[in-house]
Amino acid sequence: MLQISVRHFEKTTILDVSGDIDLASSPELRKALLRELRERRTPRVVLNLNGVHYTDSSGVASLVEGLKASREVGSRLVLFGLNSAVREVLQLSKLLRVFEIADSEEQAVAS
Amino acid sequence: MSGGSLLLRMELRSNPESLCVVRNTTGELTQTLGFPEAECRAVVLAVDEALTNIIRHAYQGRTEQPIEATFRRIQVARDGLQQPALEIVLEDRGMTVDREKLCGRKLEDVRPGGLGLHFIRESMDTVEFRRKWGRNQLRMV
Repeated sequence: MLQISVRHFEKTTILDVSGDIDLASSPELRKALLRELRERRTPRVVLNLNGVHYTDSSGVASLVEGLKASREVGSRLVLFGLNSAVREVLQLSKLLRVFEIADSEEQAVAS
Repeated sequence: MSGGSLLLRMELRSNPESLCVVRNTTGELTQTLGFPEAECRAVVLAVDEALTNIIRHAYQGRTEQPIEATFRRIQVARDGLQQPALEIVLEDRGMTVDREKLCGRKLEDVRPGGLGLHFIRESMDTVEFRRKWGRNQLRMV
C-alpha cells in the first residue's frame, strides 16, 4: 500500500512517499504530483522516495508525467532518497540523468 | 514448454491488488533458490511487468480474469554445459496482444509508458510469446 504525506513550505512542497509503486498504486502518485504541479503551481516539488522499495514501469511513467508537468508550468521536480531498486529501474529506463536527483532532503531543498 | 521440476504454481485473478502478493512470493522463491539479490529484483520486476501487461492489455483492465503462473527448475545449455535455470510461464485467456504495441517507445523519447516489455527483456535471458488453445503464454527464463 502506498502512502503519501505532504509538507508545504513557502515555495516548496515535499511529498514523502512510502510503499511499493505499481499498477495499483501509481495513479495515486501521479495524482499527488499533478495536483502540486498543475493545480497548486508549486515552484519546487521534492519527492522523498526513502520509503519506496519497489517501483515498476507505471511508477516511472508517473514520474515522467510529473517531470513533463513541471516543465510545462516552469516548476522543478527534485527526487531524493532513491534506494537501489528504484535507481536500477530508472537506470534501466535510461532516465537517471533526465531527473534532477539530490543526495538528501537538505540538498533537494537548497539546490 | 519444458518439463523441469515444478517449484510453484499460482492461480491468480487479474486484479492489480494481487501484484504485491506475487512480487513477495517471487522474491521469496528466488532468494530460496540462491539467486543474487540483484537477480532476485530483476526476476520480480519481470514477473510484475508481465502481469501488468496481461491485466492492462490482454484483459484491458478487467479484474477477476484468470492468470496462471508456473515456476519450474529447468536445465538450459549455456557455454556448452547444462546449467540450472528458472523458467516462469504466465498464461491468460485474454485477447491476443499486438506485440508491436507492447514494444513501446525508444528510450531516448522521454514520455510515460512503453517501458514494461523493455524491462522484461532486460531482466530475463529468454522471453517468448505464443498463442495456444485460446491462451496467451509468456515464457521467461
